[in-house]
Formats: sequence, C-alpha cells, structure tokens
Amino acid sequence: MEAVISKFESADQRTAPQRTGVTVRAREGRLYHGLLTAAALVAPAILVLFVGVLVYGAWPSIRAFGLSFLTSSVWEPHPEREQYGALPFIVGTLISAVLALCLAAPFGIAVATFLNEVLTSRWRSAARFLIEVLATIPSVVYGLWGIFVLAPWVSNTLQPVLARSLGFLPIFGPPYEPRNMFCAVLILAIMVLPIIVSISLEAIRAVPASYREAALGLGATRWEMIRVAVWPACGSAFAGGCILALGRALGETMAVTMVIGNGRRISPSLFAASDTVASTIANQFAEAPSDLFTAALIEMALLLFLVTLAVNVLARWIIRPSLPGAGGRS
Amino acid sequence: MSPRYRRWKNRLMLGAMGLALLICLAPLASLLFTLVVKGGSTLSLRFITGPWRPVGENGGIAHAIAGSVCLLGIATALAVPVGLAKGLFLARGRSPRLGGMVRVLLDVMSGIPAIIVGVFIYTLVVRRSGFSLGTGFSMLAGGLALAMIMLPIFARTTEEAVRAISTSVDEAGLALGLPRYRVVLRIVLRSAVPAVLTGLFLALARVAGEAAPLLFTAFGSNEWPGSPLEPVGSLPALLFDYARQPFEELVRQAWGAALVLVALILAVRLATHAYSHWRYGSGANP
Repeated sequence: MEAVISKFESADQRTAPQRTGVTVRAREGRLYHGLLTAAALVAPAILVLFVGVLVYGAWPSIRAFGLSFLTSSVWEPHPEREQYGALPFIVGTLISAVLALCLAAPFGIAVATFLNEVLTSRWRSAARFLIEVLATIPSVVYGLWGIFVLAPWVSNTLQPVLARSLGFLPIFGPPYEPRNMFCAVLILAIMVLPIIVSISLEAIRAVPASYREAALGLGATRWEMIRVAVWPACGSAFAGGCILALGRALGETMAVTMVIGNGRRISPSLFAASDTVASTIANQFAEAPSDLFTAALIEMALLLFLVTLAVNVLARWIIRPSLPGAGGRS
Repeated sequence: MSPRYRRWKNRLMLGAMGLALLICLAPLASLLFTLVVKGGSTLSLRFITGPWRPVGENGGIAHAIAGSVCLLGIATALAVPVGLAKGLFLARGRSPRLGGMVRVLLDVMSGIPAIIVGVFIYTLVVRRSGFSLGTGFSMLAGGLALAMIMLPIFARTTEEAVRAISTSVDEAGLALGLPRYRVVLRIVLRSAVPAVLTGLFLALARVAGEAAPLLFTAFGSNEWPGSPLEPVGSLPALLFDYARQPFEELVRQAWGAALVLVALILAVRLATHAYSHWRYGSGANP
C-alpha cells in the first residue's frame, strides 16, 4: 500500500514541472496572439494617425482660408498679407494625371494583350521582364532623364511640329517653355504603364481558354477573338488597373517636379510650365518662410492624401471580385 | 466583310499592338542608354569611394551611399518585426475578418504617395514646434519614413510566403502536441524564411530609390553619416539636388550616382528573381 502511495507521489512530482510548463505555454500562446493582433492593428492605427496629424498640421491654414483654399489661385507669401490658394496646383495635378492615364491606358492594354495573345512564351517573359525594369527604375532617375533627354526632345522636336500643325488649338499654343506640363504627362504615362500592363495581364491570363476556343471555333480571326472573347471578360480589371494607375499618377512627385517647370498659374497650353500639388510640396516645404505657409502645404498634402485614398479604395474594390485569388482567401 | 478584309484587319490590329509594345520600350531603351553612356563616363573607383568635395575638386558619392545604407538599415530594423507579425497574422491568424480588413488597409497604405509620408513624418517627428517629437531633420526620421513605405510591401510578401507553406505542416506539428504558436514560429516560419527574405529584398529595392519621403526628413548632408539625430545624405536625394544645379560637374556626378543606384536596385531585383526561379521553378512570380 505504501509502495503504491509513494509511486503516486513520485508520479505527482514528475508531472508537477510539466503542469507549470503547460501554463507557461498558455501564457506564451496568449503573448504570441496578443503581439500578432497588436502588430495587425498598427495598420489602422497608422492610417488614423495619418489623418489626425495632417489635419492638426493643416489646421492654421484650414481656419484662415476655409473653402477658399480650394478655389483661390492667389499665392502670396509676403508676411503682411499672407494668403494661399491651391487651385492652380489642384488643376495641374488633375490635368497631368488624367492626361497621362489617357495616354497610358490604351498602350498598356494593347501591350498586355499583345504579350499574352501574340507572343510566344519566351518572348513574353523577356518583354515582361523589360516592363518590370520600367517599374523598378526610381522616380528621380526618370526625372534626371526627363530633364536632359525628354524635355529637350519635346521642346526641340515635338513642340515645333505640334505648334505648326495644331498651334491654333489653345492646348498646343504659346507660351512655349523648356520644361512644361507636356513633359510631365509623358513621363507620368511611362511611369504608370507597368501598373496597367501587369493588372491587365493578370486579367487576360485569367480568361478561360474555352472562351478563346469558342471564338476561334466559330471562325474568328485572332483580332476578332480578342475583341469578342478576351476583352469583354476583362472590363472591370482594366478599369481597376487604370484607376490604380491614376492614384499613382496623382501622387507621383520627383520626376514630375523635375520636368514640369514649376510655374504657378493655370494656362490652357500644355507647353506652359505648371505645378502639381506634389511638386509644390517637394519644392517649397523645406524652405517654408512661415508657419502658415507650412500649414498651407500640409493642407495640400491632406487633400492629396484623401483623394489618393479614395481612388485606391475604389480601384481595389473594382479589381477584387474580378481576380479570384488575388487577395488570398478573403 | 470579305475574308480578305478580315485578314488584313487582323494583321493591322496585331501589328498596331506590337508597335505599341515597341513604343513603350523606346523610353526604356533611351533611358538605359543615356544612363550607361553618361553615367559610365563618370564612374571610377574614386567617385564611388570618395567623400564629398566642393565643386571643382571632383568629389565622390561615398557619403551618400553610406547614408542610404544607414537609412535602409533603420527602415529594415523598424519594418521587419512589425511586418513579420502582420504577415503571420494575415496568413495564420485566428481572426479572418480582422485579417481581411487589415489586408485592405495595407493595400490602401501602399497607395499613399511617398511625398505625403514625408510630410506626415515631418509634422509628427521632425518639426520643432507644436505637437511633435522635434528631432529636427535626422537619419532616424528618414528611416522611419522609409519604414512606413516598406511595411505594407513586406507584410504582404510575408503573408504570401507563409501562406505558401501547406497547412498539413501545421497539422503535423499540432498532432505532435505542439502549441499553435510554436508550430507557426518554429516550423512554418522557418520553412518560409527564404521567401520572406526575397520579399524583404524586393521591399528594399523598392524604397532604395525613393527620394520624396527623404526630402524633409533625412534632408541631406555632405558629411559622413554620424549620429542618428543628424541630417544625412542619400543617393536619391543627392541625385535630385545635383540634377538641378547649374554646374556641369555636378550634373555629371548626378548621372554617375543614377547609374550606381539603378545598378544596385536592378542587381537586387535580378538576384531575387533568379533565386525564386531556381527555387520555385519558372511558374513563380515574385
């Protein structure tokens, strides 16, 4: 009997450390899940903090100018009659981004279609690689190339031709400045092209082969197959890719700053120096002469933030349902 | 709609799409060509390893390279722990609904323009007035800004990497009586390490060329990087500065710096690309 009891005791002693091991494990498990959840909540926290900090920084300007900040084009940093209106920058941002998109979208969709429907797989991966390189090159390097290659080419070659043939249109009329909106549009179009290509390509690849076979089986040529079977199935992905590219173009800074010429006025001509919200912030923020000036620039950043946020949410919302597997299991 | 008309239209449209591809690649060709020609003529050992000198004395860009390395180091140190935890939460977390929301927010975050990240960090960390940490222009602020850009990219690639590990691995570990967190940390994460590292390098290649968030956080400097609370130079910021200077010599140096930057970024991209091809076959698409 005693032997049995002592056996139990010793068994009890053996399990004792293990039981504390279990509680340690449970504690570690809770710690692990707590840390993971905390890290996951960093993303919403950062976004809330973003809005809060930008509103706080912009507050002096919001209070001083109210809605007239959006509609006025007076930009007067003189300390005695300080007044700021962002209209020229807002207009410049919208024009540059929308025109860049109009230029890049047809090219991007055509390239994606060509890659998937015409090229053989070896050429396709070579071309995809080159498009990826296009996406990898930093914005400042595009800007450098823009200043020394693109802008001279535009003002020496393209602009005289356009001015001679279409100069009666105000958008191609004077003033002609060496760095201008036209260069910014071209460089933005080049920079957003890879986004449009890669999202369109994903969508085109996801079109079932049976669609194509059905079209070809009815005697369609390859072009007719693309028109009838491939493109209609990709409509929403094309739209989503373009909107995503628009978001990128609205916020693109360095390359635009370097080629747009920094002219603070609204001109109908594409060859006039202009400015965007992002390029103005990049140029003037570090040298802001007064607190109100800084606040005005932060308010512009806030506007850009809210607009790109809305555009991105819209794009994700459009793309998501049409691309099965894009977001994992969600 | 005679067959001949349709055949010609087919050729015409396919040809136009091919032409579009060539037109899109023309700027790339021009850019790379100019970069190699103009940058290559500047490149020398002295240029890469020499410190800044006043105009006319043929200085180097070593201070900017060192500054970029420091900034990327700080950004990595800040973004990796959070990004790793986020990725694990998204791929193996216990709350799919919160996970879905976080995933959308990360996508939204990666769409925030880099310049605005700079303004945000300036207002919160750099400036010396108002509600702010008031560090002044500093390496720390620059690293923080880069980390904010890295975070969503790295978290998503980590999620993909962890998700790629089969759940049967988890089940095997759980069946052996291991608690869930040990299974994830010791077994799943360990098998995902190569893919996680690939993601890290991709994220680094992405932010290494960013100048916009550094303009009013790390600012710029001609000195060697010193204390983390001092301004520091970086390759992209140096490029932006030099490209707009009226001096021929600085413009030449800008091209040299651009070549170094692009070569480094492309080398990292190519290495990760080749590695994942070798490891996961040609179907992989990092």
